[in-house]
Amino acid sequence: MTLTVNETSNASGGDGTSQPLTDQEQEWVDQFMDETTLFLGPDPAIMRSHQITSRSAYEEECIAKGIDPIQIDRIRKRLAGALDEGYEMCEAMGAAPGAKWGDLTTAIYTAEGDVTYLSCHGVIAFSAILHHPIRYIMKYWKDEPTVGINPGDGFIHNDARYGNVHNTDQSMITPIMRDGQIIAWVAATIHEGENGACEPGGMPSGSETPFDDGLRMSPFKIVEKGELRRDLLTFLQHSVRDPKLQLADLKVKIGAVQRIQERVDSIIDEVGIETFVAALRVTVEDVEQEVKRRISELPDGTVTFNQFMDSTLKENILIKFACKVTVKGENMTVDLRGTGPEILNRAINSPLCSVKSMMMQAILAFWWPDLPRCTSAMSPIDIVSDEHTWADAGYDAPMGQSLQASFRGFSALQTAFAKMQFSNPEKFSNVLAPWFNQINTFLWGGLTQHGDQVGNLCADLNGMGGGAKAFRDGEDAVSPLFCAMADTAEQEVMEEEVPFMQLVSKRIVRDNQGFGKNSGGMGYEMIVAAEGTPMWGFMTVTSGSKFSSVTGMFGGYGCSTNPLAMVKGINIYDIIRKDSSQFDLSMERIMNDRPYEGGKYTTAHMGLQFDVAKDGELYMIAQGSGGGYGDVLERDPESVAKDLELGRISAHVATTIYGVVWDPETFVVDEEATRQLRHDARQARLSRGKPYKEFLESYVQAEPPKDLLYYGSWGDDTDELTATHFTSSGPERVKATVDKLPLIMIPDRREVKIEKLEERIRELETKHNEVVQRRA
Amino acid sequence: MRIPMTEYLIIDLDTERWTCKVCDHDLGDARGNYKEGTLVYDRDPRDIHQSILDPEKYEFTFAPDPTFCRILEFYCPGCGTQLETEYVPPGHPPTVDMLWDIDSLREKWTERGTDPASVINYGPGEEAVADFSPALGSYNSLSASAPHSHS
Repeated sequence: MTLTVNETSNASGGDGTSQPLTDQEQEWVDQFMDETTLFLGPDPAIMRSHQITSRSAYEEECIAKGIDPIQIDRIRKRLAGALDEGYEMCEAMGAAPGAKWGDLTTAIYTAEGDVTYLSCHGVIAFSAILHHPIRYIMKYWKDEPTVGINPGDGFIHNDARYGNVHNTDQSMITPIMRDGQIIAWVAATIHEGENGACEPGGMPSGSETPFDDGLRMSPFKIVEKGELRRDLLTFLQHSVRDPKLQLADLKVKIGAVQRIQERVDSIIDEVGIETFVAALRVTVEDVEQEVKRRISELPDGTVTFNQFMDSTLKENILIKFACKVTVKGENMTVDLRGTGPEILNRAINSPLCSVKSMMMQAILAFWWPDLPRCTSAMSPIDIVSDEHTWADAGYDAPMGQSLQASFRGFSALQTAFAKMQFSNPEKFSNVLAPWFNQINTFLWGGLTQHGDQVGNLCADLNGMGGGAKAFRDGEDAVSPLFCAMADTAEQEVMEEEVPFMQLVSKRIVRDNQGFGKNSGGMGYEMIVAAEGTPMWGFMTVTSGSKFSSVTGMFGGYGCSTNPLAMVKGINIYDIIRKDSSQFDLSMERIMNDRPYEGGKYTTAHMGLQFDVAKDGELYMIAQGSGGGYGDVLERDPESVAKDLELGRISAHVATTIYGVVWDPETFVVDEEATRQLRHDARQARLSRGKPYKEFLESYVQAEPPKDLLYYGSWGDDTDELTATHFTSSGPERVKATVDKLPLIMIPDRREVKIEKLEERIRELETKHNEVVQRRA
Repeated sequence: MRIPMTEYLIIDLDTERWTCKVCDHDLGDARGNYKEGTLVYDRDPRDIHQSILDPEKYEFTFAPDPTFCRILEFYCPGCGTQLETEYVPPGHPPTVDMLWDIDSLREKWTERGTDPASVINYGPGEEAVADFSPALGSYNSLSASAPHSHS
């Protein structure tokens, strides 16, 4: 059951007729509810809003004293410096692997919680979402006698339901106070990894209830007047697999925000409180005004982009992420209706706030990266969404891998913008194909060679392929969509701390390319194997093994799909020790040649729940590529020959996709033969392509294929969602608006498999006239 | 006035028609869906994203599953340029990906008073140069031959 604050109901008579309360009665009800609130859950009024607040009386007063734009700019730059300093402290001292690679951020907020400025590095989304917990603290804890807010206090928070990207990130939120009044907030957030979830590493693909998602910290005070509370710290350490990490990074974040506060103190000493407060507020307002102007420069119209995600991370399904972006004058609306329903026993659901935070990532990093890093950039944009969809999940939905939905929010805006901005002469970012959008990396956990219990992940999530640009190829493994400056780290350094090696690290997978006139940046493969530990395991937490995660742009193609490959029942280290020539590893060679006798070679989708890894067993994955841009037949033939020579693409791709003819000895392009091959390819298109209306008649179906577990609107012209729910007599497809859909719970895949095997046994028994007596 | 709306699609504000940037082929009413003027092909995704792991041995191979995913390829009927692709589940209606307010577009460009061919580029940076002049210029001559030659 979900309990939220401020829920009241009108008294009603026995006949069901509503009888309005008198003012006095309403006051008594309100007082009763205030005094007897059972539980302060996430507040819908806070959680549904991403708009900036209106000016407070004090801000009005400060601004009325006069604004000097030069001084405001100087304050802003000094704040940026202070935030960068805090960022670098976290990066240098942070214990979490994520901190070492830049998966963190620092920011400063107005008294009401609007983000004024983010550090120039780091994850925009982390800070772009903290106005929710700050507003919660202000609304519920500021005047609460048992809590209160004092100088030197610090609040911790991680639960996405109260405003966070996902539960693996932890924030330290501290007030800046003068004369007993809160004038601003400073916060630091780090992707900590381990959080006590049902699987190590903090991002469980296997969570089936919200209680599997790990620590559920609503915002609470853990630092009182500068002192870290040992009792609460102990509780947190007791709740996670890595108590050292929990302590170390709490101290790191406290240190960083204290340093930022020192820098803020010196700014205030210099310019005065009122000018400082005015600078924060004016920045927020200026960015909002500038964004309205920029929207008004875009062409009016609607761009629609649908995505289809192919996995619950336990089984393959198809679930839609629908998005229509409409611009009219200075207004922009992002409409997510048509998106599939939440699945109440799978980890892929996301709260809307997390989806919005990733949209903020697209806006500040991919649309208008020149703006001051202030999240009022999204304030003028209306977002329309149905609650209880997987991108706007309710309180009772598990969210362990909320990135699955929130990253789609990023891709929706990043992809649509190429069309929205193409004809606009005023551009602040390049015309770009889709960025890769999955964190194809290994999560891991268990006991290290030093006897420590740990759970975290490899830095390869940061090696996403960049989308092709309109004028050049995308960059290979360049950066994650959520952090332009993140690092893919030195795996050798990690190997000092964890009992596994990346036997293959960062080797480009041939043909794993988003093909186009300009190709998408390519992804690389990773092969890992553990050794020398009593207990170790790996996980993977992504989708895109049956349906490409990203598309192309303007005629280009999207990325390949990505498998997980494993060889169990061998010890690769023993094999290499005996014969070093066997240290010639690639996923393609190992899986296709099966060189290790006795090994069990399998592939799977990329949702691997914690899998115990015996010494030397191989786990293999690859990062994905960015989308390609433009018609493949327009790609410079010399670039094709170069890719071919470097082994980035196969001869088959060079011929069948790119239509290039070359000398196999010298890789010199045969221009005339290429021209002819491409001419023939265009003619083939003209003969096989059908006129649109004729095509629709033969292609479009009234509903999804019968055996496909499909969730979401089928087509874009319907308010109804198609879904399969599971009744006692089996799966049943339904079509209804989201409020009328039954709850969607997917049966345990092992039970489904057992049922199929039992059915097969019965078939064989019948076939062979075997009579077996079984008791129920 | 002709406005490049994507890499290969132009809106002619005078005739209110979509046209192909490469060959000037008419693709339909600019107030509607340009896809209606295209040729479409239902592509098996394995043709494009080919298996790297042996599909005889494995279910997951780097190639999309054609029972989950199809690639719709939209071609210009005039020159065969691949104007757009779309990844969809089998049988899912193609998306109407762009609908523009033509009156507003005209108003904005009239207000700007600039030549789209000279002011539209691919964004910041020295490399981000877009040359739409040949395609936009061809409007005046309405040459029957394609203004762009294919390599």
